[in-house]
Amino acid sequence: MIRELGPNDIVYLLEAARWTVALAVIAMVAGGVLGLVVAVLRIVSFKPANWIAIGYINIVQGTPLLGQLFIFFFGLPLFGIQVGAWEAAALALSINASAFFGEIWRGSLQSVSPRQWEAGAALGLSYWQRLTSVILPQAVRISIAPTVGYLMQLVKDTSLTALIGFIELTRASQILSAATFKPLQVYGLAAIAYFVICFSLSRLSEQLEKRTHAAR
Amino acid sequence: MPLVEITDIHKSFGKVEVLKNVSLTVEKGEIVAVIGRSGSGKSTLLRCINGLERVQSGRIVVDGMEVTSPATNINALRERVGMVFQSYNLFPHLTVERNVTLALKKVRRMNSEAARDVARAMVAKVGLADKLGAYPDELSGGQQQRVAIARSLAMQPTMMLFDEITSALDPELVGEVLKVLEQLAREGMTMMLVTHEMNFAKNVADRVVFMHQGNVHEDGPARDTLIEPRTPELRSFLSAVLH
Repeated sequence: MIRELGPNDIVYLLEAARWTVALAVIAMVAGGVLGLVVAVLRIVSFKPANWIAIGYINIVQGTPLLGQLFIFFFGLPLFGIQVGAWEAAALALSINASAFFGEIWRGSLQSVSPRQWEAGAALGLSYWQRLTSVILPQAVRISIAPTVGYLMQLVKDTSLTALIGFIELTRASQILSAATFKPLQVYGLAAIAYFVICFSLSRLSEQLEKRTHAAR
Repeated sequence: MPLVEITDIHKSFGKVEVLKNVSLTVEKGEIVAVIGRSGSGKSTLLRCINGLERVQSGRIVVDGMEVTSPATNINALRERVGMVFQSYNLFPHLTVERNVTLALKKVRRMNSEAARDVARAMVAKVGLADKLGAYPDELSGGQQQRVAIARSLAMQPTMMLFDEITSALDPELVGEVLKVLEQLAREGMTMMLVTHEMNFAKNVADRVVFMHQGNVHEDGPARDTLIEPRTPELRSFLSAVLH
């Protein structure tokens, strides 16, 4: 039965958009924590740690996210680990995000002049104190723009989880478009929803940059 | 016992030998100007003293602590040996006051109030009491360098190392920084400075050490050595920098 596109359908899309946001937030938090570990492993002066981090980054960045989704969704059950679409999606996106965050943050940490490390050292600050009080605050400011840029990418990447049947904004649009046969309107609405999420992020980034700049 | 005792140190970067068997002592209260052409190893020598560079062989003892021993807590040593760099290296994300208080709070474990008092006194000492709330990029090079000196002095070091601290400054700003150094000299601070300011070396330093090709080539009382160099290398260096 083909039916009309009504206000209920818009509510349905918005509810599905919540899952898009939830997935992005989970990937951001879990990927962020893991990404910090990756970044630190990448810069510490201990070669095996660097190799592990580099290998991890290469594998994750060098394979398609869709492939990673399939591996978790179809692969884990082969090992007796039952995962639903939600868990597989959260896992794949978090791991994907961690590699990208790791690289962005490593770059930001390394773009702070080595002289800043030396100045901290000359005052008797320990390695950890130099990292947290001198280098990190400067690296954070540098990393805001690329981090938020990647976050927008991440929001849009969540649409791939539709392919393993997770009902987020894109999957909901597919369902709705099949029911109403109004693909242009439905996908148009979905595009607007994605835009609103991403635009809010870019505004947030501007605010953050302004604030950290005011505080140097 | 000398404050700094350097015995036969050797340092190379890859295949380049920067310091070849350098030995040197510095007494407490002494002001030693280290001069020489670029690449002669003078900055490296200074950086070895607080362990920013590791030597391949030889021994450095500062204030009873053996810098070259792996057992030494190098951070504890650096608390006692202040260092100021050519490029100031202030922390750009912190105000002048917080640049000075950071190590006091983190390393000395002072409370905020006590640290702030020290910062105020030190920044006033270098003549910048009105700049406590300013960020480094709001200051001139000379002012930044004076803050860097205050930041280092706040740790109450036993000695200070100055690595070409006026070389990056516009000529009209050099004087204000040298004035701070003169004041420190009057107060009896032990200082080693790598410098190209020959007049300053002649008038303020007690001793001049001339580095040449990774060795201490000439070492003697500042005035005599600079007015009547004994070696042709120092003579040619001096005529090159003074004319």
